[in-house]
Amino acid sequence: MYVAVKGGERAIANAHRLLADRRRGDREQAELEVDQIQGQLRLAVDRVMSEASLYDPELAALAIKQASGDMIEAVFLLRAYRTTLPRLAVSEPLDTGAMRIERRISATYKDIPGGQVLGPTYDYTHRLLDFLLLAEGETPPVESSEPPLAPCPQILELLDAEGLIERERDDGSEPADITRDPPDYPVDRAARLQMLARGDEGYLLALGYSTQRGYGRNHPFAGEIRLGQVEVEIFAEEWGEAVCVGEIALSECQMINQFGGSREAAPQFTRGYGLAFGHSERKTLAMALVDRALRAEELGEPIQGPAQQAEFVLAHADNVEASGFVSHLKLPHYVDFQSELELLRRLRREHEARRQGTGQEAGSPTSTTDERAAAPGDPA
Amino acid sequence: MTPLHDHSKPQARRQRVLALTPRDQLEARWATLGIRAAYRCVRGPETGMAMLRGRMGGTGNAFHLGEMTLTRASVALDDGAGDDALLGHGWVRGRDHRHAELIALVAACAQREAWTRRIDSELVEPLEEALEARRAEASRLAAATRVDFFTLVRGE
Repeated sequence: MYVAVKGGERAIANAHRLLADRRRGDREQAELEVDQIQGQLRLAVDRVMSEASLYDPELAALAIKQASGDMIEAVFLLRAYRTTLPRLAVSEPLDTGAMRIERRISATYKDIPGGQVLGPTYDYTHRLLDFLLLAEGETPPVESSEPPLAPCPQILELLDAEGLIERERDDGSEPADITRDPPDYPVDRAARLQMLARGDEGYLLALGYSTQRGYGRNHPFAGEIRLGQVEVEIFAEEWGEAVCVGEIALSECQMINQFGGSREAAPQFTRGYGLAFGHSERKTLAMALVDRALRAEELGEPIQGPAQQAEFVLAHADNVEASGFVSHLKLPHYVDFQSELELLRRLRREHEARRQGTGQEAGSPTSTTDERAAAPGDPA
Repeated sequence: MTPLHDHSKPQARRQRVLALTPRDQLEARWATLGIRAAYRCVRGPETGMAMLRGRMGGTGNAFHLGEMTLTRASVALDDGAGDDALLGHGWVRGRDHRHAELIALVAACAQREAWTRRIDSELVEPLEEALEARRAEASRLAAATRVDFFTLVRGE
């Protein structure tokens, strides 16, 4: 039962003013500008875009400012904005092979066409706090070298002349879209990848880690990781051809995993795939591990670990949905709780009555759990 | 790897170069051409989204990665041609209405024979060169982080 309760308007309005005040912080300090967040906290911006499932760096930076740096709140804000926009187009599939490379490494082949390009990475940093940043130290100028990068083709396509690695080919099938058709489990790999791409990084990281620790082990190698800019093309009905409308930053991880094979097919390395907006390398590694784990059924592997259970993994990956349902516990549940109190008092009265009635005999085996199950549930 | 589509067609090439050029640079260079065309917006400019598709493993079946903001505009040149007015369309990633409108305007003007060659040689070509120069510079920065492996030879 729901009962409308009025009141609290002034408290809410003042709470919002207090929030705005805390967000602004000390007025003696310069106010943080959105383009500073966009330019200097770009990895936070990239994470918000990925998990909100909307690529717009300026709006992601605005969301981070508005949320006082609470990333899940920022993701929620951007996701909510997304629902106000019409869909004007569906892109041609992005060609990550034609990416303008900023970083590209392989942990499986040392000598690769185009080379190992480290790019702007936190790898090899010492993870010691840099007190120069506290003291407004000058940033050293960036190095440049000739010649520019040679083309960096997709390594797995190029170096596997023996056919030892599973190949990915387009059979022309039209992918599911979970924003139009809610997932109906079991879902195919296209739907899984769409859900993983917007999934919470921390959650996917934990699940990916669990596969490495033995809960659905699949022996991964990072075949190739690349970050950079990819041109976006849409089909323009007006011109009757595909046209480029701009460029976006992407991270991609191609994981190579241990063998699959059947009576017909010889054993082959299998693959997991991760793709995300911006510079989101850790996210793509985790996504690729979980993508591969979720292929267990298709590859005839026993389902032993949580990361292999598709419905469990996918239904809990979206941090907007998760935080919404967890946070609803903060809403008034006064009436629900009253009914629980009533029930509990009745159970205790009955318990007491039984104890009195049977003297010092041990409690009768009446199950309280059955009564609890029959009680009115949480209406939310 | 070859591009998905052939951008050598004039219409697609203009659209691509202008969309990849920062709007202030496009506006400034367009102004130097001195082409004054009366026009009206027949659609938009309006901001919406494009759903982006990736490919499994980079080369396999398509899947939906997520959306991005996209702005489009269509303009018609007001030159008394009535229903036969020249139409131009423009699209650009993001929410910049003026940018999409400029692309559409250039696309419409480029269909007028008297202007086609000037637009391609004085606007699109130099902006394409500037785009390539920016990209080459970014590539040189990445190239400085390329690993040169060498093998340590153990001494006797």
